[in-house]
Amino acid sequence: MKKLRRKVYMVAGYNTIAMGTGRKEFNPRKERPGLEEYIKEAGQGVLKKIGGAKNVDECVIGNFMASRFNKQANLAGFFPYIDKGLKYKPAVRVEGACCSGGLALITGMKSILAETADVVLVMGVEVQNSVKAIYGADILAGAGWFKERKKGHVYFFPGQFSNRAGAYYEKYGKDSTQQAFAKWYQNAIENARLCPTAQEYHNTTGDLMACGLTPPNGKSFVDNLNLYSCSKVSDGASAIAVVSEAGLKRIGIPKHQAIEVIGYGQVEEDLTQPPKDLTELSTTKQAISEALANAGITVKNLRTAEVHDCFSIAGVLAVEALGLARKGKGPDYILAGNTTRKGKTPINTTGGLIGWGHPTGATGVHQAVTILEQLTGNAGANQIDPDPKRPYGLTVNMGGDDKTLVAIVYKRG
Amino acid sequence: MTYDERLQHVSVLGAAGKMGSGILLLTAIEMTDLSLKPENKGKPFVLNAIDVSDEALAGVMKYLRSQILKIAEKKVGVLRKIYADRVDLIENGEIIDQYLFEALSIVRTSTRIESAYDSTLVFEAIREDPQLKVSLFSQININNKKKPWFFTNTSSIPITMLDTEAGLGGRILGFHFYNPPAIQKLVEVIKSKRTLKEVEEFGLTYAKNLRKVVVPSHDVAGFIGNGHFMRDILYATSQVAVLSDTMTDVEAIFAINKISQEALIRPMGIFQLVDYVGVDVCSYIMSVMNSYSKKEKLYSPMLEQLLKAGIKGGQFSDGTQKDGILKYEKSRPVAIYDLKKKKYVPTEEIREKVDKKLGKMPVPPSWKSVVSNPENNRIFNTYFAELKKTASPGAKLAVSYMLRSRIIGQQLVADKVAFNDKDVNTVLLTGFFHAYGPINDYITLDH
Repeated sequence: MKKLRRKVYMVAGYNTIAMGTGRKEFNPRKERPGLEEYIKEAGQGVLKKIGGAKNVDECVIGNFMASRFNKQANLAGFFPYIDKGLKYKPAVRVEGACCSGGLALITGMKSILAETADVVLVMGVEVQNSVKAIYGADILAGAGWFKERKKGHVYFFPGQFSNRAGAYYEKYGKDSTQQAFAKWYQNAIENARLCPTAQEYHNTTGDLMACGLTPPNGKSFVDNLNLYSCSKVSDGASAIAVVSEAGLKRIGIPKHQAIEVIGYGQVEEDLTQPPKDLTELSTTKQAISEALANAGITVKNLRTAEVHDCFSIAGVLAVEALGLARKGKGPDYILAGNTTRKGKTPINTTGGLIGWGHPTGATGVHQAVTILEQLTGNAGANQIDPDPKRPYGLTVNMGGDDKTLVAIVYKRG
Repeated sequence: MTYDERLQHVSVLGAAGKMGSGILLLTAIEMTDLSLKPENKGKPFVLNAIDVSDEALAGVMKYLRSQILKIAEKKVGVLRKIYADRVDLIENGEIIDQYLFEALSIVRTSTRIESAYDSTLVFEAIREDPQLKVSLFSQININNKKKPWFFTNTSSIPITMLDTEAGLGGRILGFHFYNPPAIQKLVEVIKSKRTLKEVEEFGLTYAKNLRKVVVPSHDVAGFIGNGHFMRDILYATSQVAVLSDTMTDVEAIFAINKISQEALIRPMGIFQLVDYVGVDVCSYIMSVMNSYSKKEKLYSPMLEQLLKAGIKGGQFSDGTQKDGILKYEKSRPVAIYDLKKKKYVPTEEIREKVDKKLGKMPVPPSWKSVVSNPENNRIFNTYFAELKKTASPGAKLAVSYMLRSRIIGQQLVADKVAFNDKDVNTVLLTGFFHAYGPINDYITLDH
């Protein structure tokens, strides 16, 4: 892939709370903020840091299924609702299932690269607690091929990833894999407890490993995954400014408070085809290797990464796709503590999808905000020790069952 | 006639009532599931919801819709398999809607008893009036050529009497659900002297398919559940009278209600339970039982006085509690009716005074924390040992209440109402949601 023809930065991130079960303020029976309120909060959060709407050239919003969760389309029309100053500015909504946030980042970056903009307000949003989980499963199933829905599981995507977990158990052993799932859960919750916007911030479970080892129950859920192996249903929005060097100057933020995008991989796989190997995320692997090659670094240079652990099996497979562990060795790598905050390569330092939450269309943007905070030393209680020799971070955002992928490599600005 | 055929044409009498609507719901689900079996494809299934008021029946349809929706949502996994060959039903939502449609299309509301003339099975859940039951049964029996089977939900009237008086020839079974039928696990099954074997067998299969716990009871008025409950009420009201030496009636009601709930670790106090069932219903059940009782007078002057004052309790159609002996706010008791002053006295005005009179009590575990706790036997042993050691008036009241409940249970076995101690305990555990059975060793007579 061609080298980036112009420097691209990300700066001024903002996350709303990831709202849903587990948060003390969440009550499914009470009326909650609508989609537009999440958009407004996240958008204003960024505008405040970049000197207001006047500094924005373009806007991008990533969203998966507001058309069904909230009966709302035409989301770009909410930008002027964030701030009157955004009226008449170019805006677009992009969709790629749970990779919608990642696609929003890429779309913003391309505006910078195309030199049509120097400051792009990029956002992702999803409000999913509007329906019961049983109907939400139908909506989220739209990330797969609809013709496969009929024969799929009640909970379609948990069913797909349960099949992956089952195949992994068979090939590489059930016990160590389930231990690794539990360890993954423990790490997600421990990190989320440090992050006030995380859905699991209020989690007080005593023995997280024991909880994570709860045997899966195919009768009430899926055969090979328990509920702790799954991200929850979340409402939330995340936003960030994607800017050029000129843009940075315009908004008056020094480079060291920004991260620079030094490479990316954007990859699409055929939605109608089943995965060739259930024990591998081959599209994810492709996106990551393109991004690293584009950045000119290897996985060893990464200080931290945000991976798309919609299910703990996806977390294990992402560790392998990153090349941190060989195929089948992901569980050992995780069980050795390498992915924890004190580990070699801390992963999902604010909890990831399982701990922080998974407002589907917002997740890709949330990942970028976390890397921004970590590499610029603004991660608060979640801050990991910086490593001057490894000033790099990576995000990988996945739509569907390893179909739509965006991986981005960042360097401290 | 097979099980499935028997359930092809069913009527529920009193379908708009509290019990009838629950029975209607459970039967609608069972019939819908049968209708979806491949071998029953194309066969009509009809469930008549019969009651006297069109308005109430409209309310029942709303209740059915909301409940069936919840049930369908819970079992969508099974439904996806059942509808596997329906290419037009893909999403969970579409499958749930289809099931809801099919279940509701089985149900026909009617205010005419004639609707039951084609049914092979008739559930009866009308009010506890022996003569009314007999007259409806015989009317249907005479006009229905299919020799229908009658399942009565009576909680007090002897089945043999209904069988004989209505001339049913053993085509009857006492099938007593607990309130609310969709939730409470218990069904008391009572045979008349002539109940046919196949009627009983069908009843047991039906109960099993509904995942109910069956406890057989002898055909003695009140059976096990009300046999215990009514005597429990009588003991409670007699204690109110005893306490009136040292406190006002309102204070005494508060004290007994509190002791029977908190100190005995029950889901609600005895007077709240009377309100839940209805003061009028309790009084009526007592009078029915009394008419069959030779050695014991089952009559509560206090309940009669309350009824005279217009205090009835019971529930609104949406299931919320009406004011009765106690007054409720958000389902919690907040005041107690004063028969002398003809008004409710807030519990907050008397709580402190009563607590002082009851004296020091060991802190009981909450009912919620022990009801399905597998370790609860240990918790009970510790708590009741503590209670026995406590010398306060409140603790003594609690201990004697426990003992009385135990004696009532044992007497039901001695009088050949219940087959054994275990059945008595099962009824209280599964029909009344008690956390332990009344016949236990936590507190015995030697204490």
